[in-house]
Amino acid sequence: MSTNQPAPSPSALIRIAQLHKSYKLIDADGKTIENAVLQNINLNIEKGEFVAIMGHSGSGKSTLMNILGCLDTPTSGDYWLENQNVAMLSNDALARLRNRYIGFVFQGFNLLNRMTALDNVAVPLLYAGENRASSRQQAMEQLRRTGLEKFAMHHPNQLSGGQQQRVAISRALINQPPLILADEPTGNLDTQTSQEIMVLFERLNREQGITIVLVTHEKDIAAYARRLILIKDGSIVYDGDQALENALDPVI
Amino acid sequence: MRALRMNRLRTGLTMLGMIIGVAAVVLMLSIGQGAQTKINQSIETMGSNLFIVLPGATSSGGLSFGSGSVKTLTVNDAMAIAELPTVNATGPVISGTAQLNFNAKNWSTSITGTTPDYFMVGNWTIEDGSIFSETDVRSAARVVVLGSVTAENLFGTINPVGKTIRITNRPFLVVGVLAAKGQSLSGRDQDDNVFIPITTSERQITGNQFPGSIRYMLVQGKSAETMEEAEIEITQLLRQRHRISDGMENDFTVRNLTAIADVATDTAKILSIVLGAIASISLLVGGIGIMNIMLVSVTERTREIGIRMAIGANRNAILIQFLLEAIMICFMGGMIGVILGIGSAWIISQLIDMLVVITLSMVFLAFLFSSAVGIFFGFYPARKAASLKPVDALRYE
Ligand SMILES: Nc1ncnc2c1ncn2[C@@H]1O[C@H](COP(=O)(O)OP(=O)(O)OP(=O)(O)O)[C@@H](O)[C@H]1O
Ligand SMILES: [Mg+2]
Repeated sequence: MSTNQPAPSPSALIRIAQLHKSYKLIDADGKTIENAVLQNINLNIEKGEFVAIMGHSGSGKSTLMNILGCLDTPTSGDYWLENQNVAMLSNDALARLRNRYIGFVFQGFNLLNRMTALDNVAVPLLYAGENRASSRQQAMEQLRRTGLEKFAMHHPNQLSGGQQQRVAISRALINQPPLILADEPTGNLDTQTSQEIMVLFERLNREQGITIVLVTHEKDIAAYARRLILIKDGSIVYDGDQALENALDPVI
Repeated sequence: MRALRMNRLRTGLTMLGMIIGVAAVVLMLSIGQGAQTKINQSIETMGSNLFIVLPGATSSGGLSFGSGSVKTLTVNDAMAIAELPTVNATGPVISGTAQLNFNAKNWSTSITGTTPDYFMVGNWTIEDGSIFSETDVRSAARVVVLGSVTAENLFGTINPVGKTIRITNRPFLVVGVLAAKGQSLSGRDQDDNVFIPITTSERQITGNQFPGSIRYMLVQGKSAETMEEAEIEITQLLRQRHRISDGMENDFTVRNLTAIADVATDTAKILSIVLGAIASISLLVGGIGIMNIMLVSVTERTREIGIRMAIGANRNAILIQFLLEAIMICFMGGMIGVILGIGSAWIISQLIDMLVVITLSMVFLAFLFSSAVGIFFGFYPARKAASLKPVDALRYE
């Protein structure tokens, strides 16, 4: 196994050391068995990186993303985000962390269907303590930047998948987080729209220096990232350059 | 709040539980308060330190009012009791009904034959003219004092004092009109009544099989402190006068009306509380309805909760969101319920002749109670929502 032990880097945005995640399952005999989903994950991600995570279905990609997003907790091991040990933070502190430092983009868009696109984008600002008027105003500007101002008053079910994902990305960006976590953001989109979304990510990464970590099953989506991480059965089996991975392809 | 609007029917039905609960509480409280107020009004007009002495023994079921065959109490008994040191005055009464005429007007009402002291003991005040005198009683004069309702019915706007009316065809001079008193504790209209000297009544109007016997007498004690003593003295005196040997039952009954009034007040209070408590149960049921619907809502919106948590909602934000929804339902339901309660109380007071009293504190209480129900029953579902793990909530389908 070519597990790539990252060099210690105190400036890294994300530092993960010896992280494990397992679920307790009850088997047919009523016995509890441990189902290890992530094993000995060591990972550093610097500010401004664009990382793609790939792996077979069930390999643990989403589990890792949830832990990165402070939505889930590891069974053991350490996770530092912006030099904060996540395990030490209270629920409220984690909520604040998600609000300020992380933007989420999901495969299923996960917009709030009862609200307009504009209000959806404004919600993180409200949770950050902004007032409604200024939140709306900032949300409008954000939608303009993503080319969606025409759809501000539309509800999610009045938007195409690509438009919904753009609204979701606008929402992820509204608090200007240093990190965007995208779990199969193009999974529900056609090739053309997927490309557009990826161009948007690429631009955000290049122009604003936002760190992007995305999970995908598609090679040409992953090709937008500069760094590739391959996960197999809960372990990182490759972590490095896109180009080198192609050489390893037959191995995996 | 948006969620409430999206599910109008469901919210409306949940609110209905609250509306009915609050309306029931307001209605029941106002009925209870009405009963209390009415009793207090009767008691205020009743006179203080009052006994009623009736002929006949106490039956096991309570008083044997108007047992016409028993003629054991006399005017002389009343006079003797009035001399007791603990007694202020007595008012003996014989009564019946009579036909009154003034010009072409006819009115049938109850007639009370009594003495001047009766008006003092019974806490009557004179509106116009005067009451009849001891001399009128001695001479069995044909003079009459009218109750306010009777005066109104016979005379309308004319001043009755100095006019002559006919009572069972005999002319009587109206000497006075009494101030209105309203209903008695037993619900009788005390103002539809005429008063004549007891002697006149006995000899000319009601007649009397046993001369000197009376229907009942009112006795006023000297003070509230000596009421028990007075009751003993009255009993002893009457036993002595009626020659009742030891071990024999009384042939009369002494009742402390002031004590009965106290019991009536207490009863009305208990009635209020019981009515309120019963109505509160419907409020409780409404509250459970809210809890139920909020739990469904939390389950339905688990994914929404997950999304909100992912984009930065902390537990308090989620808790407050759901709690506010519950309180909103309760508050709006409470408001409509209060209006409905007041409305139905008003309708009841119009349809049947019942006094209902709505006080601000009552409305306030209903509001407070409904909001408390909202907080109480909304809290559990809200906390359930807030304590979800973000990852589990997000994964929920
Ligand atoms: N809550 C849970 N309880 C038990 N097992 C779980 C739970 N969540 C995930 N798993 C298991 O963890 C493993 C990894 O799941 P994960 O969702 O991370 O896979 P993935 O790599 O994202 O797959 P896909 O590409 O299909 O999205 C799976 O075998 C799954 O069954
Ligand atoms: Mg996945």
